[in-house]
Amino acid sequence: MRSLIYLFVGIFFGIVMFKSEAASWFRIYEMFQFQSFHMYGIIGSALILGIIGVQVIKRKKLKSIDGKPIVFNDKDVSFSRYAFGGLSFGLGWALAGACPGPVFTLIGAGYLPILVVFVGALIGTYIYGLLRNKLPH
Amino acid sequence: MEWIFEPWPWYVAGPLIALIMFILIFAGKDFGMSSNLRTMCSMCGAGKNIEFFKFDWKSQRWNLMVVLGAIIGGFIGANVLTEDPSVAINPDTIAILEDLGFNSAGEAYLPTELYSWEAIGGIKALVILLIGGILIGFGARYGGGCTSGHAISGLSNLQLPSLIAVIGFFVGGLIMIHLLFPLIF
Repeated sequence: MRSLIYLFVGIFFGIVMFKSEAASWFRIYEMFQFQSFHMYGIIGSALILGIIGVQVIKRKKLKSIDGKPIVFNDKDVSFSRYAFGGLSFGLGWALAGACPGPVFTLIGAGYLPILVVFVGALIGTYIYGLLRNKLPH
Repeated sequence: MEWIFEPWPWYVAGPLIALIMFILIFAGKDFGMSSNLRTMCSMCGAGKNIEFFKFDWKSQRWNLMVVLGAIIGGFIGANVLTEDPSVAINPDTIAILEDLGFNSAGEAYLPTELYSWEAIGGIKALVILLIGGILIGFGARYGGGCTSGHAISGLSNLQLPSLIAVIGFFVGGLIMIHLLFPLIF
């Protein structure tokens, strides 16, 4: 039953990614050229509502649907892993024109060459696991 | 209801993404797509030799359901809810892209110069997409998240690490498009 909720959340997410064109390579390129507000509007409006909602949850101590307290874990404090990891991600995001969510959406949308990006992303994740102890975190 | 077949504006999409994040938060989960890549590596047995992939991946099955949904959602979005998939980007952007050789700009959802079997057959597009994917997968795990995990979830919780990561995303993207694209294309 709970699995169905996650499935529907995913379907909803996939539709939003495709219909908002956030899954379009062209929109990502246009964003990095600063020639449209579209992507900034999507991320910015999601973020503003996200910040407000998280504050409300924290201050009102709202509970999850299971009745458990909602816990927001702080990310580990560091600079290098976020800076270097972020940089690598950004290079790939702009080159392939897709981030992980849209990669899945585009498989379903039938743009099957995106599978090359998907396989690449699995390889990249594997490489990170392989090199993890040697990288500055 | 005609609007539903048109591209959805940012002020519809952004709030819906926030809604998705909050549904997951109230379900006791975190919104993040790239962690699924680690789960998939573990499912394929990467945990046999590498510590990073030794974890109870079955605890992440819920997120794999989100992935399955995202695939189905992409199918519905493209085949049921869209009549014309071409993306009407800024004419100035189209002009720049045409100079780089992307003649499908303004006429397609993805550039056919990269995302078509024809293009993949020529080795260049294949290598570009593979390297792009590797950078995404490596960077997302090294940086501890992607657009959903850092730019939406992390920043919503006012996390400084997420801000560093998101600045990294943008610096990387700007370097790629402004410095490297003219060399690649």
